[in-house]
Amino acid sequence: MAATAQSFDILVIGGGPAGMAAAVCAAECGARVGIVDDNPKLGGQIWRGESDHQGKSEAAQWAARLHRSRATKLCGIRVFHQPQAGILLAEGNDDLIELRYEKLILATGARERFLPFPGWTLPNVMGAGGLQAMVKSGLPIRGKRVVIAGTGPLLLAVAAYLRKHGAQIPMICEQASWGSLTAFALSLAGQPRKVLQALRLKRDLAGIPFIPKSWPVAAHGQGTLDKVTIALPGRTETIPCDYLACGFHLVPNIELPMLLGCQIRNGLVMVDELQRTSLPDIFCAGEPTGIGGLELALVQGQIAGLAAANQTSIPQGLFRQQKKARRFARGLDRTFQLRPELRTLPQPETIVCRCEDVPFSRLRQHTSWRAAKLQSRCGMGPCQGRICGPATQFLLQWNPDSVRPPVFPARVESLAAITDHSELVGSVVTGGQ
Amino acid sequence: MLSGVTVNVNGAPVAVPQGATVAVAMAIAGVPCRTSVNGEPRGPLCGMGICFECRVTINGIPHCRSCQTECAPEMKISTDE
Repeated sequence: MAATAQSFDILVIGGGPAGMAAAVCAAECGARVGIVDDNPKLGGQIWRGESDHQGKSEAAQWAARLHRSRATKLCGIRVFHQPQAGILLAEGNDDLIELRYEKLILATGARERFLPFPGWTLPNVMGAGGLQAMVKSGLPIRGKRVVIAGTGPLLLAVAAYLRKHGAQIPMICEQASWGSLTAFALSLAGQPRKVLQALRLKRDLAGIPFIPKSWPVAAHGQGTLDKVTIALPGRTETIPCDYLACGFHLVPNIELPMLLGCQIRNGLVMVDELQRTSLPDIFCAGEPTGIGGLELALVQGQIAGLAAANQTSIPQGLFRQQKKARRFARGLDRTFQLRPELRTLPQPETIVCRCEDVPFSRLRQHTSWRAAKLQSRCGMGPCQGRICGPATQFLLQWNPDSVRPPVFPARVESLAAITDHSELVGSVVTGGQ
Repeated sequence: MLSGVTVNVNGAPVAVPQGATVAVAMAIAGVPCRTSVNGEPRGPLCGMGICFECRVTINGIPHCRSCQTECAPEMKISTDE
């Protein structure tokens, strides 16, 4: 299959807040900008369903600015390979695209961390963000009972959203302790915007039991979820429900940065204050540099966009916001550390690799991700270890392996084009003789 | 709902809200998206196109992530049974 080529001064990978902010700022400087996302619409996770540029929300305002900026939007496009510097190969639903760039901004965001426990593979057990995404995509939730469990501020945001749309929420189970949560809350006291957010959440969640130091131990049901057992301080409780929204905070999507060769430390892409990675002409903004939420994504996206467009005078205000947002990110990291008890949740027969149905008992014996993969097929399925990787890293202390193309599942005909493509590029470089 | 879309799940018509994804159509139809290696029913987990648990065949094309696909009128959706 022949690839269609598109060339940009600045190519942004990821259409969430960081990517949108980067694309806007770069395009407003006059650069020819392309922004790529796998989803059918821009917005990423937190702004899912808000890419309509007619509203008054912050998301809508950025969407409107992006629309006016004339940046090229490429939705439903998945990057899977870098054949050489300055070019990325990507796939749409029925086409192959070669994306050429002078500068690259990686804004690939984060995904939820899933931890296995008995019954977690039952239909209607989903991530917290996962269930929210489904509701935003039209899933009826009015009158349904949803237990929310796991860790992280996402649980509260999801609870508020689901309740607003008519869900009944018997309980929110946060594995962090009251001590960690209080310390975190106090650290936010000096930031009016955060205090306001917290007060709004408190009002939106009034009457819903919020239980720190609690976690799911089992999901039950015949073919589909009907109840969940929760470990609470001093007791366990089994709660009938229609959905379990369960996620253990976020892990950064660093696969593409790794494939490109960006320096990574502690699972995060290393960047300087201009969001430059270790590779020339490649920038990274948002969650892959550290899980820090919306503010961090927006400020880093703006800095990356301006820096990539060679703006020499970036407003000092942005750097001040960047520092504050980084402090918030460190607080998040500290507060929502996973407790060791969660390592005891999976039973020997609990499926850990969902793609290949590999149970915990078949993984425990291995000392590395690679050995387990070769012996059991764990990580060889379509998720490419994105779901089971963070779980096994926590459960068994395996370090992640190197990343190889395709960095996302791609059609055979797209992969076959890789050879064609390098021949094509070779002939262009040598003048086509 | 004033306007909606009708798709076809394993031969049966399913009405969904305008703009709904195929994963939502599966949920409304009460049909699990796929069957695991050991025969367990599975549905969407991550909701964002990463886990592939939601994959179904759409208009003859297999391994489509239903959570990433908007329903279109008369779309033919089938599971791996």
